[in-house]
Amino acid sequence: MKKLILAMLLTLGLTACSEPRSNARAVYLLLDTSGTYTAEMDKAQKIINYLLATLDSGDSIAIARIDSGSFSEKDIIARVTFDDRPSTANQQKRAFKDQIDEFVEGTKRGSRHTDITGGMLQASEYLEETGAGEKYVLIFSDLEEDLKKGHIRDFPISLPDIHVVALNVTKLRSDNIDPRDYMERLGLWEKRVYQAGGTWDVINDLERMDRLIAQR
Amino acid sequence: MFNEILTVWSSQPGISATIWLVLLVFVAYLARNPAHALIHSTGRAIYTACRLFATSLRHLETNLLKRNKEVVLALGQEACERSIEREFHRVNAVVTRDLGAYPALHRQISDTIDKIEEDYQAATDAPPLPPAWLEAVDSIASIPRTGDATVCTILDNIGETLEGAHQETQKAYRKSTLERHKLLGAMQPQWRNLGQSLTRVKDTIDGLEERSIEIDRQMKSYETIRNAEDTVTRTLSSSSLTQFFISTLVLIIAVFGGLINFQLIAMPMSEMVGGTSYIGPMRTSDIAALVIIMVEIAMGLFLMESLRITHLFPIIGSMDDTMRKRMVMITFSILAILATVEASLAYMRDLLALDREALTQSLAGTGVVAQAEFRWIPSLGQMIMGFILPFALAFVAIPLESFIHSLRTVLGMMALSLIHAIAFTARLIGGSARQLSVMLVSLYDLIIMLPLGIERLVASSIKRKQKPDTAEQSSSTYMEEQS
Repeated sequence: MKKLILAMLLTLGLTACSEPRSNARAVYLLLDTSGTYTAEMDKAQKIINYLLATLDSGDSIAIARIDSGSFSEKDIIARVTFDDRPSTANQQKRAFKDQIDEFVEGTKRGSRHTDITGGMLQASEYLEETGAGEKYVLIFSDLEEDLKKGHIRDFPISLPDIHVVALNVTKLRSDNIDPRDYMERLGLWEKRVYQAGGTWDVINDLERMDRLIAQR
Repeated sequence: MFNEILTVWSSQPGISATIWLVLLVFVAYLARNPAHALIHSTGRAIYTACRLFATSLRHLETNLLKRNKEVVLALGQEACERSIEREFHRVNAVVTRDLGAYPALHRQISDTIDKIEEDYQAATDAPPLPPAWLEAVDSIASIPRTGDATVCTILDNIGETLEGAHQETQKAYRKSTLERHKLLGAMQPQWRNLGQSLTRVKDTIDGLEERSIEIDRQMKSYETIRNAEDTVTRTLSSSSLTQFFISTLVLIIAVFGGLINFQLIAMPMSEMVGGTSYIGPMRTSDIAALVIIMVEIAMGLFLMESLRITHLFPIIGSMDDTMRKRMVMITFSILAILATVEASLAYMRDLLALDREALTQSLAGTGVVAQAEFRWIPSLGQMIMGFILPFALAFVAIPLESFIHSLRTVLGMMALSLIHAIAFTARLIGGSARQLSVMLVSLYDLIIMLPLGIERLVASSIKRKQKPDTAEQSSSTYMEEQS
């Protein structure tokens, strides 16, 4: 009996001492600003607004652009971790929205190249730093990577416990000629993400954004 | 494996199975007596064990029944004592309020009676007596006038004097009668006053009489409880059940009230303690809101206890009045403060909801939110609810006390039913095991009926053979004896 009580106390102690899992969520949205994707910014704005309405106090959000070299802090357009108090969090959301609106208005010309891998590496770094319990990387792009000459990205990346969602993956002109290109592109990214330790999902219909992140 | 065993005697499973069967039957025939003994003893053992278990349960049931009865009677006795105490308190209140002033009232009545007596004495009818010489004068005045003018004049003067004296006496008598009437008139309010005082005393006495009848009734029921009659136990049990269901219903209502209260303060609480920290799987803000509600209920319990409405904590009930009054003040103040806090939190909730709504609409791109015309009504409603609910929850103490008291009786009754059911099952299992053992013995014999039949045939043939031999032997012996 004494042993049983001792074992129970020990288990209780160990459970109490173990680091609790964070309940916060962190979202990193990569916006493709290359070529024709600048015309899709209004859709991106809708996604950001949805995220702002869904995220709560303690959650983090960062918006970054995908350009010729995306593995850089300079590409982060806006980032915030919402305050503990709901009223302050609401003010932060308003300010964040204003920042994004300003960016969208200022984006006229797209970048020449598309460095998605660099953006994902940057996202992984940011999400790891937040220490959130649920981590999401949202990619608003056609997933066609077009690297600048000399940039090396063909190595395994690390996305541990990160849920990657590709949003609004538009079909290219060549995809219409041979749809297998589109399938291959998606398959390639899916494989890369799973190999990196993450999970993969695609949402093309923006009316189904409720699938995007877990609601509370 | 099974197939290997099956075909151990022959390659044909049918033949092999038959050989196995014959062997098994033969072995079973050989082991008949020990097998019967085993089955019988097992059945008996299960039967005895179950009977023992059932008997011990019956003892437990009897003890529990006795204990339940004691508890029910104790509860009934306590309730009866409380109501008798309350009746005595009422009598005490009546005596203190009405009969406390009885000496003064008595003095007032005595004074009134003395005054009336004095007035009565003063109002005694005493007709004025005529002067003592009046008879002599009357005799002289009545002397017949013989003609002498002087004498006649004298006699007339005497007659006039007599008449004058009579008139004066009449006048004095009228005056005194008038005064007497005045005195009697002044006595009237005093009579009324006396009558009213006596009516008051009568009312008080009547009230006391009613109380005494009620006390008599309570005392009678107290005596029946003390005599521990079965009818009383049944009545009290039934009353406990009723109390249990009613208090449960009220507690469920209170739980819903608590949930509404929780919803009112949980969200704004995150403004105070933050909305991101967790204790286990629950948000700290939710726990804080729950703690506030629990503290309110606890304060309500103490308040009801201090007011002697409930009797859950004897230590509070036995406090002296000054301390109890202080406790009432303190608990009520804390409750009022918490209610105010809740009202403000409810208002803050409304503001936060409004802000959130505005943000959502701005994110949705529908522009600036228009201010609703009667937006203040739900705000005010929430504030009032936030203020009222803590006080409403304070009254949970009353059904909680009934629930706790009646729960003991209900649990006792449930335990009794459970024990009764288990005892019945144990008896059923015991009896079934015994019957099953008899059935198994018969089944065993049915399986080995072939060797048993052969055994019977052999035994009967041996008997038949033995019988003639025995008969021959006996007849030869008889013949030898005769010879």
